[in-house]
Amino acid sequence: MTLYDEQLTRSAGLGPQRSPVRAGSATYSVSSEEDLLTVRHAVRAATVEAGFGLVDQTRIVTAASELARNAYIHGGGGSLTIEQLRQPPQQGGRRGLRLTVRDEGPGIPDLESALTDGFTTGAGLGHGLGGAQRLMHEFSVHSTTGEGTTVVVTRWNGR
Amino acid sequence: MNGPLSAPGAPAGSSPPPPVPQPAGVPILRLGDVLVTGLLNELDDKSAVAFTEELTTRIVGDAARGVLIDISRLEVIDSFVARTLMELTTMARLLGARVIVAGMRPAVAITLVELGLQLTGVETALNAEAGLLALGWQQMPRPSGEAPRDSLR
Repeated sequence: MTLYDEQLTRSAGLGPQRSPVRAGSATYSVSSEEDLLTVRHAVRAATVEAGFGLVDQTRIVTAASELARNAYIHGGGGSLTIEQLRQPPQQGGRRGLRLTVRDEGPGIPDLESALTDGFTTGAGLGHGLGGAQRLMHEFSVHSTTGEGTTVVVTRWNGR
Repeated sequence: MNGPLSAPGAPAGSSPPPPVPQPAGVPILRLGDVLVTGLLNELDDKSAVAFTEELTTRIVGDAARGVLIDISRLEVIDSFVARTLMELTTMARLLGARVIVAGMRPAVAITLVELGLQLTGVETALNAEAGLLALGWQQMPRPSGEAPRDSLR
């Protein structure tokens, strides 16, 4: 089952046409609590590099923290990939940051419920997935029962 | 009641000390019946749990009636940290202490609201000073010719 939001209409991994140019990427393991901190540092550094302001930095790092924690707790560990994006000049040339969080856990049987605030099966508040969706401009989640979950989120730098 | 700023557990005998939870790396100071502490930016899950245990133990041990938690160094509050703060507040209330969380950064407040978290039930203050004031502490009166009085509170 796949849910999409806004313009992101392709699942992760497929290079979209008419796409922003990837200006670099890095992948981090998410399989321990220390990794969660490492990922947060890396995402923070990437937001600074992409020129985001302080509030946007906080939004993106918080979303990354939610998604990475989901992958660690519910997915039994996974990975987070950070991509620097730049739109073609004719589309505004904005910079952006895309986070792809993958795990090979049990998957999310009921995505609609998982995106509803307050829904939780773990130790959070149930705002992780829906919250990450609100903090980012583009959001897609692909989950297959028994095979895992991939969440892709992007935020563009408006300036 | 313990003496001021008593170190936890100076063992009387030579028996090995009981296993203590890993401290969160932030001291918990006692000022009268108020505990003052804070959270660091590097709060991972284990530290958060240890902090909860340490703080509730201190509330009872020091018979604290108020707790000030400074969060001005927290650059990110995700749903886990939010949940920790909400649970701590409830636990402290059950133990008879009032918690005030002070010094949230503006960007953190914006993000929390967008995340859908309102820290329901958690009392807040602009900064540590305002929080202490709310917990009954007065600003030390400026010396104005009078003899210094020991009336900090």
